[in-house]
This record gives sequence, C-alpha cells and structure tokens, in this order.
Amino acid sequence: MEPILAILVGALFTVAIYLFLSKHVIRILMGAAILGNAVNLLIFTAGRVTREVPPIIPGDADALTGAAANPLPQALILTAIVISFSFFAFLLVLGYRAFQELETDSSDDMRVAEPVGDKSPPAGY
Amino acid sequence: MAGKSEALQDLSVAYVMQPVAAADWLIVAPVIWCILIGAVLLMLRKRTDLQPLIAIPALALLVLMTLGLLVHVFQSGTLSMTMGRWLPPFGISFTVDLLGAFFAATSALVALGAGIYGRSDVDDTGRRYGFYPFLMLIMAGILGAFLTGDIFNLYVWFEVLLISSFGLLVLGSEKKQLDGAVKYAFLNLIATTLFLVATGYLYGLFGTLNMADIAIKASELRGTAPLMTLVTLYLLAFAMKAAAFPVNFWLPASYHTPRLVVSALFAGLLTKVGIYALLRILGMLFPFEREELSFLIAIAAALTMILGVMGALAQNDIRRSLGFLVISGIGVMMAGLALGSPAGLSGAILYAAHSMVVMTALYFAAGVAARLGGSFELTSAGGLYTKNAAIAAMTLMLFLSVAGLPPFSGFWPKIMLVKASLDIGAWWLAGAILVTGLLTTITVGRIWALAYWRPAPAGDPDAAALSPLPVGATMALAGLVAITVAAGVWPEPVMALAQDAARGLLDPSAYVLSVFPVEASQ
Repeated sequence: MEPILAILVGALFTVAIYLFLSKHVIRILMGAAILGNAVNLLIFTAGRVTREVPPIIPGDADALTGAAANPLPQALILTAIVISFSFFAFLLVLGYRAFQELETDSSDDMRVAEPVGDKSPPAGY
Repeated sequence: MAGKSEALQDLSVAYVMQPVAAADWLIVAPVIWCILIGAVLLMLRKRTDLQPLIAIPALALLVLMTLGLLVHVFQSGTLSMTMGRWLPPFGISFTVDLLGAFFAATSALVALGAGIYGRSDVDDTGRRYGFYPFLMLIMAGILGAFLTGDIFNLYVWFEVLLISSFGLLVLGSEKKQLDGAVKYAFLNLIATTLFLVATGYLYGLFGTLNMADIAIKASELRGTAPLMTLVTLYLLAFAMKAAAFPVNFWLPASYHTPRLVVSALFAGLLTKVGIYALLRILGMLFPFEREELSFLIAIAAALTMILGVMGALAQNDIRRSLGFLVISGIGVMMAGLALGSPAGLSGAILYAAHSMVVMTALYFAAGVAARLGGSFELTSAGGLYTKNAAIAAMTLMLFLSVAGLPPFSGFWPKIMLVKASLDIGAWWLAGAILVTGLLTTITVGRIWALAYWRPAPAGDPDAAALSPLPVGATMALAGLVAITVAAGVWPEPVMALAQDAARGLLDPSAYVLSVFPVEASQ
C-alpha cells in the first residue's frame, strides 16, 4: 500500500508545483489546494499504514490488548486540514479582491507595490 | 486480568501527579492572556475608542508576565509544563529555556511599543477592521512559538501568527496592500507547508514530536535514518520564514505596504521567529547535521547580508530601504548559526534581540519623519532636523545602532560574531559582516543626510504650520531608543543572558531534564 500512496503523493506534489509556477493567481490557488492534500497524504503514509482495529481499550481492561492503529497521524492531519482549509478560504478571497482592485489575474502585471520605473535615490547631496 | 477499579488507582503511570507550582503557570500565561484579550477586543470591534484603552494596559501586563517568566527561568532553570497532565511525550509540553524567555520578553516589549504607536497611526476604520485584536492574536502566535516544546505545536503557532499577519497586512484593503499581500501569502504558505512536510517525515522517523524526546533519540537514529534530508528541509522552510537569500523575495514585496505600525511589528518580530526556529531545531536538536550544513548556511548568510544591504542602498522609499535592512540583519544572525560555536550562537541570539527592538524603532522613526516632512521618499524629503531636533537625534542613534557602531546595541553582537568567525579562520565571513556594516553605514548615513540634514525643499510647510506629533508615537520611539542605548552602554547583563541561552542550546541536558525528570533521576 505504501508504494502506491508514495507515488500518489509524488504525483500530487508535481501537479501542485507545476501549478505554482504559473503566473495566474487562480492556478496558484488550485496548486495550494492540491499541495495541502498532498501533505496530508504524506503525513498519513509516513505515520505507517496499518490494517488494525481502532485503539480503544475494552471496558474490563486497562491497557490495549493487541496491536492497534496509530491515531496520532490522523490527529495531525485533522489539524492540518483545518489550517489549510482556512488558508485556502483566505487566499481565495484575497485573490478575488486583488483581481477586483488590480484588474488583473497575472502576477506579472501586479506591480503596484513595486512599480517598474521606480525612482532611484538622489545621487548627490 | 487486572480489574478496572484497581488499575485506576495507579494514575502515576500515565499522568503528571504533582500539581503545577503557582509560579510555573507563567509558562502558559502569556499565550492564554493574549488569546483572552484578543477575544475580548473582537467582541468590542465597534467600540474603537475602548480598544486601545484595553489593549495597551493588557500589553503592559504582558511585558510584566514575560519579564517575570525570564526572571523565573533565570533563577530556577528551564521550566516545563505538560498539557492535560499526560506524561510527556504524550501530552504537549511547553518548555521554556532562557532563549525562549529572552525572546518572549523582548517581543512583548516591542508589541507594547506597537500598541502605543498604533493609537495614533491606526484610525477608526483600521480599528474596526481589527488592528488591536490581530495584534493580540499575532502575539499569541509569536509567544506560543517561543515557549512551546513540541514541534507540531510550533507549526500550529506559526500558522496562528501567519493568519493574524494576513489580517494586519490587508488592513484597509488598498491596492498596494492587496498586491503585496498576494505575494506574501503564497510564499509564506509554501514555507509553512515545507515545515509541515518536514514534521510529517520527522514523526515517521522518530515516532515523537516532543523536542526533548527528539533531542534524546537523534543520536540513536543518526546512523540509520535520513536525518540530513530532514534537516535540510527544515533549513529551507525556516530560511524562507526568516527571509534569507535566495528565498527572501516576499519581504521587500510586502513590508512597505501596510500601516506603518504593522510594518514595524512585522520587521521586528516575524522574521525573528524563523531565526528562533532555526536556532532551536538546527542548533539544539540536530547539531551534527547543522555542522554538515554549516558551509552552506555560511554562504547563504554572507549573500543575505551583502545583497540585503545593496538592495537597501538602491531604494528611494525609506520604508523599502528598511525592509532590505531587515534582510541584511537576518544574514548576520544566520552567520552565527553557521558558526555554531558558543560565541557564534550567543552573538546570533543577541543580534536577534537587538534587531527586534531596533528594526521596529526604525520604522517608527520613518513614520514620525513622514508625519513631519510628509514623505517617505528621499528625493522629496528634507529639513527634518530644523523641524524637530530631538526626533532627528533619536533617529541618528537608531541608524548608528543598526549599522553596528558603538556605543549602541548593534555593536556588541557584531563584535562577538566577527571574533567567533576569526577564531575558526573564516575570515571571509568576518569580512562580509564588516563590509555589511560599512554599507549599512553608507545607506543610513545617506538617509540621514538627505532627509534630516539637507534644508527643506522650497514650498515645504514650515514647522509652525505642522500639527504637533502625537505623544504616544514619540514615547514609543523614545522607549525603544532608550533600550538600544542602555543595551549598548551597559551590555554585560544581556551578553551574559545570551551566552547562557547559547549554552542551553549546545547542551540540551537541562532542557531534557525539565521535560523528563523521572528518567533522568533513575
């Protein structure tokens, strides 16, 4: 199972990086969404994929009786999903607002903060 | 089979049994306090008159808390507190050593300055958009990052401060801000994602996220696990957060766009959290891998400082110039990390604390200058010295301090770093630090000569016609200037503090002992 997941993670990272290289904000946004999922799968795979029962202690025992699945990677992924979702929501609004205000979707044309023909500092006193 | 009721009597196998000492609550108090006040301020979103009246005393109390924590850590050594009473490494630990407490106290001082300065800089609209709540929440993220002892928790605090910084950055939604924020947001997202990737791998290799536990297990795993890959990933992620060359381009694109007080806060604190993480992870947890990478880090450091200050030289806008000086300072700190010796690390720690105070104060000074002269542009500025000699004198002190000239706080860490480089024969690194100092002197000297010393351009309103400077802004500036002068004239206490903090990084046994007291006594 791990090789398949590893290849899938690699493929997702490739797609995300390819989309990040685009100059259009909308593509970068899609890249961000895919990147978040790629990382979640990576944590899942790195935390060992096991076919086991959930780690629940029976009512009459005080410790786990046999092997059980590790819940911690899932807790990490859950945190990461929440964070990447809120990030994505913010970035989506930011991209849209930037498109409204700057009237462009291309990062090449976003030169308001760093204008092309910016003045040089005075050369003499 | 053991009966349930019988087993429940021996909780000490799984739980921390001793109650937490009252003074130890200071470990988590700063973070809880920031979140609490942030929530209160969010509820008072529309009472823009009340917000500073609550936030500024709250920040003053925060300074007292973090100073109390620093004194407590200084007296009783590294402190640790584990959440939910689960024994570490299962519960999330907050572990505070001198490094974390020192940075926390310095950043709280800077935040208090920003709170006071913000009173005159952020208008009602900015307050309704949430300047003060975001200020408190970004402080929660920054302090959480300095105080936590768990690597995934560190990631979460990074995200807390990042999302608050987004809010602060777009306060007002001007075109320039949206433009800068797009670049800032995407590039920082990539950096934190790399951090998360590295942490996922780390968990896969170590099976733990507790930093003290990692410090113990790193030496056992060194032969078999691909730790170099892991550490290189961490280096890239944190270098990006710290804005080191060649992954620094988000900083000059965005730091001059928000409200001035926001720029000041970011310049003082955000990149230093990246430096703190580098010191903690590379300096303390993986010293062998850091040693292997030290040449690479040293080259990146030298390029960062030189190219940073050259960028500063080429700017006409004072704020953009200062943004490049932030990058240049990051290079100096990275040089200390590359050296890795006690002197190198303590120099980096001291320089980071100096840079927190001075970079924030420099942005405050630029804001006051723009209020006096009406412009951030060097081509049209002038005559500030005749308008207000006291402000001009304070700005000159800051300029000399950032350039690393005595008797100000920038001098001592640079001396330590130059000496540490020469001690191991890295003359080129020492040379890069000194050349950077010279170029910085030229940059800030030119700003002072043009904007302050040069006569005001014709048609400029004279001093009498200006509205008086807000008292709060002047006080915030003067307070930070006083800190840099005091630390420069009387450097022994802070130098000793930085040296003790560096010793704690190089020998993490005290750190480990505070998290696992039982194992150590066995």
